[in-house]
Amino acid sequence: MLEIKDLHVKLEEEDKQILKGVDLKIEPGTVHAIMGPNGSGKSTLSYVLSGRDGYEVTGGEASLEGADLLDMDPEERAAAGLFLAFQYPVEIPGVGNMTFLRTAVNAQRKARGENELSAADFLKLVRAEAKALKIDADMLKRPVNVGFSGGEKKRNEILQMAMLQPKMCILDETDSGLDVDAMKLVSEGVNALRSEGRSFLVITHYQRLLDHIKPDVVHIMAAGRIVKSGGPELALEVEHNGYTDLLAEVV
Amino acid sequence: MGLPAAKQSMTEDRLNVLSIPMGGAWSDEARQSAKARVEAMGLPHRRDEYWKFTDPVRFVTPDPTPAKVFGAEEVPLFAENDTYRVVFVDGIFDAEKSDSSVLEHVEIERLSECMKADIHWVRDFYGVLETDGQSPVERPLAALNTAYATDGICIRVTGKAPKPISVEYLHENESSDAILHHVIRLEEGAELTVLESGPAAARFNKCMEVDVADGAAFHHVRAQGRDHERQTATHIFARLGKESVFKSFTMTMNGVLTRNEVVISFTGDDAVAHVAGACMGDGDFHHDDTVFVTHDALRCESRQVFKKVLRNGAKGVFQGKILVKKDAQKTDGYQISQSLLLDDDSQFLAKPELEIYADDVVCSHGSTSGAIDETGLFYLRSRGIPEGPATDLMVIAFLAEAIDEIADPDLAEEVSERLQAWLSRRRNG
Repeated sequence: MLEIKDLHVKLEEEDKQILKGVDLKIEPGTVHAIMGPNGSGKSTLSYVLSGRDGYEVTGGEASLEGADLLDMDPEERAAAGLFLAFQYPVEIPGVGNMTFLRTAVNAQRKARGENELSAADFLKLVRAEAKALKIDADMLKRPVNVGFSGGEKKRNEILQMAMLQPKMCILDETDSGLDVDAMKLVSEGVNALRSEGRSFLVITHYQRLLDHIKPDVVHIMAAGRIVKSGGPELALEVEHNGYTDLLAEVV
Repeated sequence: MGLPAAKQSMTEDRLNVLSIPMGGAWSDEARQSAKARVEAMGLPHRRDEYWKFTDPVRFVTPDPTPAKVFGAEEVPLFAENDTYRVVFVDGIFDAEKSDSSVLEHVEIERLSECMKADIHWVRDFYGVLETDGQSPVERPLAALNTAYATDGICIRVTGKAPKPISVEYLHENESSDAILHHVIRLEEGAELTVLESGPAAARFNKCMEVDVADGAAFHHVRAQGRDHERQTATHIFARLGKESVFKSFTMTMNGVLTRNEVVISFTGDDAVAHVAGACMGDGDFHHDDTVFVTHDALRCESRQVFKKVLRNGAKGVFQGKILVKKDAQKTDGYQISQSLLLDDDSQFLAKPELEIYADDVVCSHGSTSGAIDETGLFYLRSRGIPEGPATDLMVIAFLAEAIDEIADPDLAEEVSERLQAWLSRRRNG
């Protein structure tokens, strides 16, 4: 599904190397988690994959189902099936959540050469998905993320994911700012989307999210590289011992 | 006192090619007195303080700069709404295209007809609100309008008008020079919506006097555009009685020279006035909103919300003033003017002013210029919305606060949809 080879990335504005040779291969239908201390490059990896400005790829490659991701505009990556659930979902005053969702769904369908969804079909779909995530009609009507609580914003990200049906979902610290109940709700939303053809990359600081979204593979990222990979037990090790021992062992 | 020689000769040159239309005694008096005001003030010049951001030269030359007739291959805005239509072609009333049926609670007459009558309600308003609006700032183009307007529509409303009156302007002659003057009087408790749309003439000087009596409500939604070469100067003079409501919204697309002045005067307590504008322009687009609100009554609320989207060197101007007189306690005045600059070449010039003599008021104003929010744009694109439509969404979002000032949600929706259509048309060439 997603294949990253020796990816090197620096900040565009300053001469600061963030990613120093990331290698990662995610098979269809699997859930991978990336953990790592602050500043290890986890969020940068998610931004670079989704095409955000401000980063310069200085080496390596990244592909989605064989197609070169780094060569695409953000909207092309989305249409190809990539989705990033933002750590800090953006507020867009003046754009209704519903308008936003419908425009996005139909833009992707158009890009893939599919027919646009009719207003009625769209409405039916969005209502069903919103209900599962306990998103009420009022939240759908309000401007995108404006005045939403932390939990509502994250639920809104998952709603977008459910509507867009991407193949490769990257969740960037989706657990940050969530209380226990909200985390459960969000996780259920994610788990409902798990399928054979869909893969997930879950970026998190804490093991507790992985209690809800059970990963197949866990990677530890430090200083711009993936330094260790293993099964779910690796996450537990981090939870109990912290990163220090783990990193010392690697070095 | 005397005018500077250059100003005097410029004024004379302009007035010499105009003649005062025939009418009854009262109208002739009103027009002569307006002419005298123009002569005393002189026509505007760029060196005048009130015109320092907008060069009025094309408003004052004897002949207008020609403007190509704009062939819009689109249904005119409001054309499909259930309205009472009044149509002017290059400033000339078109009886065939206009409605002539009876509208309950509403008297509609052409200005030229009203002026023939010896006794007419219009007499109490024609040029009267305009004259009041000449102080403390002179508005010579409005006085010129009162003196020489060839026609216009006079509307008197005594109850709730059953449907909006839609004034539609058509432009067919490349060198037309239209001067129209509308007079609107809402009697106590009356309600009326007036819509205006369409390219009017190569050069268009329009004045609208609106007297809103106690408890009455006046709504105004206007669309200017997409004809780019027109030169338009408009004035709205509104006088608000006790507990009355006045709401005016203008959307503007394109136009090398547009100056919209709104002059509002609160004379009764507890009244509300909202003026808003949303405009978009490219290149040699020049758009000027000049607003003057005078609070001279208790507990009145005024809002000014103006948004401009500028690109490729386009220029936007906002001059907005709130004057709160000594006894206008508990005034609530708000003013915001913002521009979205889509590149480094465009310009927004704003002069927000508050002048307050009462000591128990809430007044605020703000003015900003900014580029598009890149984070928001990326968020939309990351969901698969291409850069063009994503930018349009951000633009509409920016204009939304102004569009929201339209009280009727259906009209607001219609305006918003038309703006979106104009945006995507512009993007697709």
